[in-house]
Amino acid sequence: MKVKKSKGERAFSVFNYIFLTLLIVLCLYPVWYVAVASFSNSNLLTQHTGLLIKPVGWSIDAYKKVFKNPMIGRGYLNTLFILVVGVFLDLIMTSLGAYFLSRKRVMFKRPIMLLIVFTMFFSGGMIPFYLNLKDLRMTNSLWGLIVPFMISTYNLIILRTSFESIPESLIEAAQIDGASHITILMQIVIPLSKAILAVMVLYYGVSIWNSWFWASAIIRTREMYPLQVILREILMQNDVSSMTAGSSALDTEAIGMTIKYATIIVATVPILCVYPFLQKHFTKGTMIGAVKE
Amino acid sequence: MKLSYQIKKDWKRNRSLYFIMIPVLIFYILFHYKPMYGAIIAFKEYSPALGVTGSPWVGFANFTRFFKSVYFIRLIRNTILLSVYNLILGFPAPIILALLLNEVRNKKFKSITQTVTYLPHFISLIVVTGMLTDFSMTTGLFNDVITMFGGKSSPLLQDPKLYRSIYVLSSIWQEVGWGSIIYLSALAGVDSQLYEAAQIDGAGKWKQLIHVTLPAIAPVIVIMFILKMGSLMNMGYEKTILLYNPSTYETADIISSYIYRIGLLEQDWSYSTAIGLFNSAINFGLLLFTNRMSKRYSETSLW
Repeated sequence: MKVKKSKGERAFSVFNYIFLTLLIVLCLYPVWYVAVASFSNSNLLTQHTGLLIKPVGWSIDAYKKVFKNPMIGRGYLNTLFILVVGVFLDLIMTSLGAYFLSRKRVMFKRPIMLLIVFTMFFSGGMIPFYLNLKDLRMTNSLWGLIVPFMISTYNLIILRTSFESIPESLIEAAQIDGASHITILMQIVIPLSKAILAVMVLYYGVSIWNSWFWASAIIRTREMYPLQVILREILMQNDVSSMTAGSSALDTEAIGMTIKYATIIVATVPILCVYPFLQKHFTKGTMIGAVKE
Repeated sequence: MKLSYQIKKDWKRNRSLYFIMIPVLIFYILFHYKPMYGAIIAFKEYSPALGVTGSPWVGFANFTRFFKSVYFIRLIRNTILLSVYNLILGFPAPIILALLLNEVRNKKFKSITQTVTYLPHFISLIVVTGMLTDFSMTTGLFNDVITMFGGKSSPLLQDPKLYRSIYVLSSIWQEVGWGSIIYLSALAGVDSQLYEAAQIDGAGKWKQLIHVTLPAIAPVIVIMFILKMGSLMNMGYEKTILLYNPSTYETADIISSYIYRIGLLEQDWSYSTAIGLFNSAINFGLLLFTNRMSKRYSETSLW
């Protein structure tokens, strides 16, 4: 049924569109600014004031310097390693846990579930966690960035909720045929859960991609730094020295700026290119997560 | 007898299932419960040579040292203020965005708005804070905009008065779109017959919002609120560590960033663990409290 809009509703509608358009600009502009600035001439950029719409004086010098920096490639490789190995192990461990927790008529399921959920709300804190890693000899190794973070309890619960929706009759039938739990998990449950597992890949992937804190806390060897830690050095600690060698002090400061922007673009564009295609899956995961247990 | 019989029966039936769980249990013991046990160094004078068990007990000395410390009040104040500020502005923002998006009839515009507002969520924290740092410099974008409107440029991130606003507003910028997803899905689930009935009863848009939409999504709002309350004192240290500097410590330094400095940088293990434990306990208490209140007044709760 269609009701004619009142004057107030039309006014609201106009306001709504204007507001949301402003929001779009607000979300996009900072990224656009960085992109445009990274292609600008560094000296002209420092003199420039006001908003940037297009590059001031076209230049790709900054990118040449960024790509010449071996640490960025190194960081990408380290992150890629943690990403591939990490996501794989994360998926295995989370599936095992989720499968167990999704089974019915298991005596110790509830206490185990409580034990797991409790960790979401209470923890020993940063320092005991760090000392524990030291104790387990996991510092200064990429494994120390993978193994201690294999299961996110939040993801485990999402996956469990999804596994629970698989018809019990399917699993019972397989059990009658003599299939073991591992077989049922690998051959029935996982193939039926491809969509949610894709969501898990994305969730774990993004969190690994973004993580930097523990890497900066436990990795001492520079060659093992993941990309985000390298980025931190360049962006926050202004360490562009390795890329500005041979320039005068004033030039260094100017080009330092464009190098930073170019670094941001190099480190962000891959994710920004993929994400619109993956957005649908992300959204789905959030919705499953919202379903109350 | 009965219990042991049940256990036996359960073991016979589910033995292979328990085997599957072993690696997961080991994970939780090793990386969650062992550190929890390790937190007892809060009551000890920990020395790496003696280990967790071997170090001598000191009772509540580390805690009283914190309560008497000159930083105590400042840290508690900063943590609460930043949290509350973040909650008051950051909590309703995605709800409002979802409600506004829900009113958009043009499908294409709606999906573009969603895609674009989700985008900042995918920019890593390091990059976001890196951008903030650059934009806040005297020659940066923020100051360019301020001077455009006739203001004076200044190093914004050096100003303790502006720190909280920068922190909270940039968090909203990054998360408002992403946070709205959950409310949008709740909104999509509202029965359209309810709206039709309300219209027949002569309810305008505003009345429909108050009497149909909000009650329908209230459970989701309550759950999200409980979760937020549970982490009220648990303000993330990552963003703070990246964004603050000695000139803004006065307003920027929060409990978790202080733990990081005292613990990881200055290696005062027991003292920093005690502060962390104190913080965790308060957090847990807040969560229980909110959950209980919510159970009593809205019949929605986490468990």
